[in-house]
Amino acid sequence: MTTPSIGQTTDVGAANAPKRIGAFRRIISTPLGLFSVIILLSIVMLGILEPVLRGHDPNTAELSAINAPPGTPGYFLGADQNGRDIWSRVLASINVSVISALIGSGVAVAIGSIFGLISGYIGKRLDGVLAWLFSLLMTFPAMILIMVLQPITGGTYQTMMALFGIFISPGIFWLVRNLVIGVKNELYVDAAKVSGLSNRRILSRHVLYVVRGPIIISAAFMATAAIGIQAGLAFLGFGSGQDANFGTMTGDAFLNIYRAPLQLLWPSLFLALMNAALVLLGNAYRDALAGPQAVAPRQKKKQSAAKLEVTKPLEAHPQSAEVSASARAELLSVRNLRVSYPNLDGTRKEVVKGTSLFIRPGEIVGLVGESGSGKSQTAFSILGLLPKQAEVSADVMNLAGDSLLQQDGKLLRRMRGSVISYIPQEPMSNLDPSFTIGSQLVEGLRASMSKKEAKETALALLARVGITDPERTFKSYPHQISGGMAQRVLIAGAVAPRPKLLIADEPTTALDVTVQAEILDLLRDLQGELGMGVLLVTHNFGVVADLCDRVLVMRDGEIVEGGHVRTIFRNPSHPYTQELISSILDEATVRTDPELVGVKEHK
Amino acid sequence: MNPLLQVSKLRLSYPGRGFRSAAPEVLRGVSLDIAPGETVGLVGESGSGKTTLGRAVLGLAAPTSGSITFDGNDITAASQRERRKLARDIQVVFQDPYTSLNPALQIADILSEPLIAQGQKPADARRSVTALLDKVGLPADSAARYPREFSGGQRQRIAIARALALQPRLIVCDEPVSALDLTTQARILDLLIDLQRETGVAYLFITHDLSVVRHISHRIAVMFRGELVETGPTAQVTEEPESNYTRRLVLASPTADPDRQRQRREARRMLSHSASTT
Amino acid sequence: MIPFLLRRVGAGLVLITVVTAITFFLTYGANIPVARNILGPAASQEQIDILNGQLGLNRPILEQYFAWIAGVLQGDLGRSYYTSEPVVHALASRLPVTLSVVLLSAAITLTVSIWLGVVGAARGGVVDAILQGISTITFVFPAIILAIAMVYVFAISLKLVPAVGYTSFDHSPGQWFASVILPAIILSIGGIAALAAQIRGSLVDELSKDYVRTLRSRGVSERSILLKHALRNASGPGFTTFSLQFISLFGASLFIEKIFALPGYGTYGFNATMQFDLPAMLGVTLFGVGLVVVMNLVIDIASGWLNPKVRMS
Repeated sequence: MTTPSIGQTTDVGAANAPKRIGAFRRIISTPLGLFSVIILLSIVMLGILEPVLRGHDPNTAELSAINAPPGTPGYFLGADQNGRDIWSRVLASINVSVISALIGSGVAVAIGSIFGLISGYIGKRLDGVLAWLFSLLMTFPAMILIMVLQPITGGTYQTMMALFGIFISPGIFWLVRNLVIGVKNELYVDAAKVSGLSNRRILSRHVLYVVRGPIIISAAFMATAAIGIQAGLAFLGFGSGQDANFGTMTGDAFLNIYRAPLQLLWPSLFLALMNAALVLLGNAYRDALAGPQAVAPRQKKKQSAAKLEVTKPLEAHPQSAEVSASARAELLSVRNLRVSYPNLDGTRKEVVKGTSLFIRPGEIVGLVGESGSGKSQTAFSILGLLPKQAEVSADVMNLAGDSLLQQDGKLLRRMRGSVISYIPQEPMSNLDPSFTIGSQLVEGLRASMSKKEAKETALALLARVGITDPERTFKSYPHQISGGMAQRVLIAGAVAPRPKLLIADEPTTALDVTVQAEILDLLRDLQGELGMGVLLVTHNFGVVADLCDRVLVMRDGEIVEGGHVRTIFRNPSHPYTQELISSILDEATVRTDPELVGVKEHK
Repeated sequence: MNPLLQVSKLRLSYPGRGFRSAAPEVLRGVSLDIAPGETVGLVGESGSGKTTLGRAVLGLAAPTSGSITFDGNDITAASQRERRKLARDIQVVFQDPYTSLNPALQIADILSEPLIAQGQKPADARRSVTALLDKVGLPADSAARYPREFSGGQRQRIAIARALALQPRLIVCDEPVSALDLTTQARILDLLIDLQRETGVAYLFITHDLSVVRHISHRIAVMFRGELVETGPTAQVTEEPESNYTRRLVLASPTADPDRQRQRREARRMLSHSASTT
Repeated sequence: MIPFLLRRVGAGLVLITVVTAITFFLTYGANIPVARNILGPAASQEQIDILNGQLGLNRPILEQYFAWIAGVLQGDLGRSYYTSEPVVHALASRLPVTLSVVLLSAAITLTVSIWLGVVGAARGGVVDAILQGISTITFVFPAIILAIAMVYVFAISLKLVPAVGYTSFDHSPGQWFASVILPAIILSIGGIAALAAQIRGSLVDELSKDYVRTLRSRGVSERSILLKHALRNASGPGFTTFSLQFISLFGASLFIEKIFALPGYGTYGFNATMQFDLPAMLGVTLFGVGLVVVMNLVIDIASGWLNPKVRMS
């Protein structure tokens, strides 16, 4: 049963031959990868050369050699309590382990990947049946069955490993199936279908490429499991107790533990070496597949695990009289804000490069720019919500007379719950799916009022943001409401503390235009009612025109131009602003050229 | 002139989950035709069924009833082999330039894939790659690079080149500029218009953005909950919409001018006010 | 929640039926010379036929199967061929030993994994290194090697706990604890390595989600974000992992009982298998699957209680 799986993997490899060599080269170019390959190959060679290397028959007992210590002539590693040569037994055991690993992981890979491919690619009813079968198989108590089915397996380790392979095949099945379904839904597979590629070509070109690596990696881990389970079963006494393998060796040594504990060392050492080499190889292969670019996201993940509220002022100057005077008129004033992230090579990449901005009380300021311009970074640094690895510095960052710099986490947190608040872009992902809308709103209000008051306030807020049945929405979970409703809920949460500054990050980008228009109306009304200052981050000039008093144009981490909304639209002075404004699709010109005829002027 | 593509009374529902749950109908009797060299803009909000209509034309979604005719031939239930032939005539550009190109393949492989699938020799197909890159304004040395080395706009150019490889007569463009920045968006639209003038390809241009569709379409079809509520020349649909829904849609899209936007806002409020009182 | 639970109970019954049927037909159908094994090589064919008749082994296999099912429904699993002890009694008397070890081990796995996972996700550093260490050790050293090493260190060298044997709880709670704690810890190690890493990973994923940032923007405390919001949302995959682990925990207890000479359900099953004591083997299978099903149901209820989408579907 192992042959088809081996054949299959090489076949896959051949389809992507250059890549495969690349991955292997990359493995042996790392010290750990090279080390694990050498260890693994040496151990396998020891097993293959067993007939040459062994000094005695592994199962022949020699009375004179009982418990001979290591180094005894002819008994390189000593002899066990039956007088059998330990070195010869180790060599024989290596073969048993290697074969166990091949059978166990081979069967699992063959069954799991074949059915996984079928289930994932063909899908529909067949997928339902196979998924059900494999989830059933996954809950089989494998060890009990391997034990109880002794009459069938005959107790030979090969059949037990084949059975074990069947029991662990759901692992591969789910892995392959989910990967295939993921790939199948990728647009590039749709594009390939539209290009007229046959199913077979799509499978070999687009699908197998994705599943090959993960299969090999989990096969390595399954091999270690098979080796361990084989040893365990033999230790228990399944199979012939006389045959040499690491399980029986461990069992014998365990019985002998008070007299010669060293005999336990040899099987343990070789088992550990084999497994360590396999695990390291699996990891090295994973890294090689991922390539260098994969290191960055992993590192990012790791660091964002920690608390995210750090604003580290590098050069927070004492406030000059001039600054504090202007700060009285300005709700928010930011001078020379810089945000940077570490690069892989240790240098830092600056994404906000010394921007300065201010917002007056009750003023709506639009911060516009294209993706990567640093507009969201600017907004989040004011909120103090940048990831931990971000380094933030500014000369001045004052909100309503308080400095946002050099605050400890607690003070900043208190300000976020009261003075400054935030409306996100994606309404759905910004609500906790496990809590009701009501409990999420109440939680933000509880700091300043009783539970009963908080509930009443939340209900009133829901009514205020235009939700028709507040009681019902209060009790609903996020997945039960629409995106537009969810955005209203988030707005309710943001305005709940009657903040002085509201930061809205693309608040309507994820919404349909008709809903967008309603949300913009709501924001305008609430702003008038509460007199908040608003920083509106957006890329949409229509939204800017609808809502904003002033506009700041950002590019490449810098604010290139700022001014009254009419000035920016009609007389932009900076070339970049001019380019942006001219890229806006003019409503007055409609395409009128007849198909294929005439040359019409367009920008 | 005979229409190139003719969609007639098309209905489509996705199978519901479980046995008894009713299948939601995504297309509810849609009829639409496209002439050779013409751009028809298909506008609608999320869930209106506009993307599904595109996928049905491409053979990626199976209609429950109605027909799709291409160049006089019924392709509603084309077999896989017929589809493979149709690939020469009907192509696609998707919205997301990041997932529509296989990250593991070089640009040359991506662009020659459709040619090889149609039976061209790999060496010949490779030779066409440079010409294709040139057509969409990318340097020839892009061929040996991987998608991740390109920006969103450049990737969309690659996707357009792939669609052009077989010199199709119709390209379904599914929100091809929605994921792009403003300046990039304008350039890609210009590229599409130029290519149309050069090659005479027709576009079914699916988008939620009225200003985009106004810029590129000869005619506009407005979709709402699986039905076409209005079809007509671009100027007429965007300036004097007949249906109530189109009117709402036009007035809800903000325009990039503070004063005109104020007027539009007032008009929209009047409309919704009159709608709620009647 | 009720339809959801009914579905799970139904799936559990299917699992029990399928597994026991497979076992039944494969073992009873394997033509094992049961009577010969019992009576020994000296027995005459006549004696063997009589015994086969008494044990019902000469009937068609389907008939035997339905007889067994009928027995199961009445709470009768037959009698051991060798001791004539009813299998139900034998299992009932051995179950406390196995359950002591397995449930204690499950409790240790769960608490330690959650703790390591949460601290690892919140702080990283030392706890991450510990997690990495445990997981490497469990991959590199097969379970029996680890078990023996720990017996050697804690029971034989340090003499902290007895190396072998079981004391019942009624007899002496203290000695009971001493006799099961080391087996339970050994059983837990592999589970902790996997589950803690899983919880840590899911938590880190949750903490990078949008809603966490929005909660922070409203001034919600880090503690509440981590323990109330993120942990709850991360619990789904954790529960799945844990329920699969419980199955293998149960399997691994076979080894542990052998090493510590605990007179549990695994030892009983092992001896039954070695003697081809068919009713006992089947009883062990049924009890094993039954316990897995019950435990999974408990886990399903817990996960449905925490996750509104599961509860309402």
